[in-house]
Parts: sequence; C-alpha cells; structure tokens
Amino acid sequence: MATATPPSSPSSSSTSVSHAHEFKPQPWRDKRLAYILGNLLRAGVMMSAGIVLCGAVIYLSRHAHEPANYRAFHSEPPEYRTIPGVIHSVFKDQGRGRGLIQLGLLLLIATPIVRVALSIVGFAIERDKLYVGFTVVVLAILLYSLLGAGIGL
Amino acid sequence: MTILIFTAVVAIVSFAAGLLGSLTGLGGGVVLVPLLTIFFHVDIRYAIGASLVSVIATSSGAAASYVKEGFTNIRIGMFLEIATTLGALLGAFLATWMPTSALAVIFGTVLLYSAFLSRKTRTQAQRNLPPDPLATRLRLNGTFPDLEGMRSYNVQRVPAGFSLMFGAGALSGLLGIGSGAVKVLAMDQAMQIPFKVSTTTSNFMIGVTAAASAGVYLSRGYVDPGLSMPVMLGVLVGSLLGSRILIKAETKSLRLVFSVVILVLGLQMLYKGIWGTI
Repeated sequence: MATATPPSSPSSSSTSVSHAHEFKPQPWRDKRLAYILGNLLRAGVMMSAGIVLCGAVIYLSRHAHEPANYRAFHSEPPEYRTIPGVIHSVFKDQGRGRGLIQLGLLLLIATPIVRVALSIVGFAIERDKLYVGFTVVVLAILLYSLLGAGIGL
Repeated sequence: MTILIFTAVVAIVSFAAGLLGSLTGLGGGVVLVPLLTIFFHVDIRYAIGASLVSVIATSSGAAASYVKEGFTNIRIGMFLEIATTLGALLGAFLATWMPTSALAVIFGTVLLYSAFLSRKTRTQAQRNLPPDPLATRLRLNGTFPDLEGMRSYNVQRVPAGFSLMFGAGALSGLLGIGSGAVKVLAMDQAMQIPFKVSTTTSNFMIGVTAAASAGVYLSRGYVDPGLSMPVMLGVLVGSLLGSRILIKAETKSLRLVFSVVILVLGLQMLYKGIWGTI
C-alpha cells in the first residue's frame, strides 16, 4: 500500500471529494472543520469558566468566613454528583453557588465529548469508514463513563 | 483557614502550576495533587478530582492553537484514544477502591519518573523509517510542517504504542493527571513519531482521556465544587497565559527548576504513602 501515489479518483465520486477514497494520511483536508472544532472547544471552556466564576461569586459571598476543611473525605451530597441533581440545585436557593460551579464543570466535561461526536461528522465527510468506526467506539466509552457510571438519569 | 483565604491561596498556587506547566511543557496537573495534599492537607481523592477537571480545561482551552500549528495528527489521536479512554475508565474504577496510601506511592513513583524523563536529553534524529504495514493500514502516517517545508513520517510499532497508551490512560484515571509524559513516551519513543507531533497530539488527547474518568469521579463524589473552582480557574488562566508568552531563553532553567520541584514532591508523596500519613 503506497501512500504517496497521486490521487486516482474513482469514477463514482464527485470532483469535490475526489480525494476521499485516496486516504492521504493527513489530518482533515477540510482544515476549516478542524478550526471550527478547536474554536468550539475554546468557547465551551470559556463558557464553563464563566459559569464557574458566577457560582464562585455566590458561594464566596455566602461562605467566605466559614472554615475550609478538606482533610477528611466524605463523598459529595447527591445534588452535586448527578446531572439532574446539579441542575436542580441551580434553581434552589440553598447551595446555588456550588450548584452553578458543578454545572460549569459538567459543561467542561462535555466539551471534549462534543468534539469527539463532531469528529464523526468530519470523518464521515471524508468517507473514512474506518475512522468513523474508531470515533464511534471512543464516543461510546465516554458516554458509558458519563451515563453508565451512575451520574446520568 | 477561612474559605475565602483558602480559595485565594489555592487559586494562586494553581495559577503558578498552570503557568509553569505550560511554559515547560511538563503539565500543571502533576504538581497540583501533591501540593494540595501535602501543603493544604486536602484528602487525595478531592485533590485528584479537582486536578482532573483542570486537566480538561487546559487541554480543551489550548486545542484551537494546536490545530492551527498543523502538527496534530487527528487520526493517530483518535485511534489511540480508544486505548486511553478504556485505560482511564479502568483507572478511575481502581482509584475508588484503592487505599489512599497506595495512590500516594504510585503518584510518587510517577513524579520521580517524570522528573527523570524531563532531564533526559532528547536526540532529534532525522528519522527515515520504512512504512510499517499495520500503521499504513490504519492510515497513521502523516506529514508536518518543518523548516524546509512539509516532512513526512512513518509510524512504527503500533501495538506497543497502543499498550503504552492504555497504561497512560489508566494512570490518568487513577491519579487525575493528564499523563502527557507517558503519552509522549509512547508516541515519541515507541511509535517513532516526531516529537512536535507527539506533544501536540498528546495535548489533543488529554482532554478526551480525562473526560472518560471525570464521569466516574463526579458520580463517586470526588469533585468538590469549593475546591475544584479555584483549581480549575487558576490552572486555566495560568496555562493560557503560559501559551502566550514565549520566553525561549528562560525555558531551559525554568524546566530545571520545575523538574526539581517535581522530584521533591515525588519524594514527599512516596514518604507519606509509605509511612501512611496521607
């Protein structure tokens, strides 16, 4: 399998995707999609940082002078451990600051997962079935971790 | 210590860790867990949870600039992410039943190893290797921009790299770190991928790997909002700033300082783990 051969486009494909079956071992030819994904990730991180910051202001304005103690581990209460719990706590007055922080962190965890999901689209555009398959496997593992591990619905 | 002071000090320390980690390329997460446990007396499980969250923030926050440079090989990244995410799941589950003293000992060992790796001189050999049949079938070979235009490379020893990546993922899930050092080792050493491509592709993969164990951590109550907030914000701002300032001349001495810090923290973690004071 030579990788440096010039594109020999199969007659079935249109001119715009004539390289699709050649599988040049390059990152996406459509660099624009890669840019969009990169910027989307950055936007996701910035949004989550913003939400965490809002939560921080509320949390600190209420609890600033209480003693900080993380010496002993006692698992977080359920409202900070599940997706529905976190969403619920944002709308409650009690513990809203921490709820907002957890919401921002959930969004942060979601950004790389969204990137993997969109990569499936990228590989599908390239008609790269092998990598669509690989990416689906990665996405399945990520979703299992997030939903199957017990924090889902 | 009141929550206000605790938050402020943790934010400053996290900022410094993020800045140094990004300037030296050694990553900030690896020093955060020992700093939090040794100096702030935070339970190692809370520290791991907070660190892991910050690892996602730095990896995703820097992704846009890595893609722009044209070094990242998305296919290598995606293929190896199968190994790292599976490893991360296993690591996160292991972390939930492993005694904290064992976690500290493993952490200390990883720190000592990272310090050793960071001091090793890297030979930038011109690699002109024949294509490997498996790598070719998996379409892993690629090109990257060099001084004299685009240079191509042929990926080697795919099974060895894949197995190492599984180990990197397990360490990431177990200790809440990006384990970029092991990832680069797998790609640069085992798979003979050019160093620049290895480091950027590793950064690309770290966020996805960390997301795989973050779900387990969150559901087990390891992610405390009050602690994760200053850690995540501090590391994020520090690493973004670090990726913007380029003080090439200083990096060498900075790297030396940082690897000494890693070494000392590693010894401390080992000591605390073995004597059961963690």
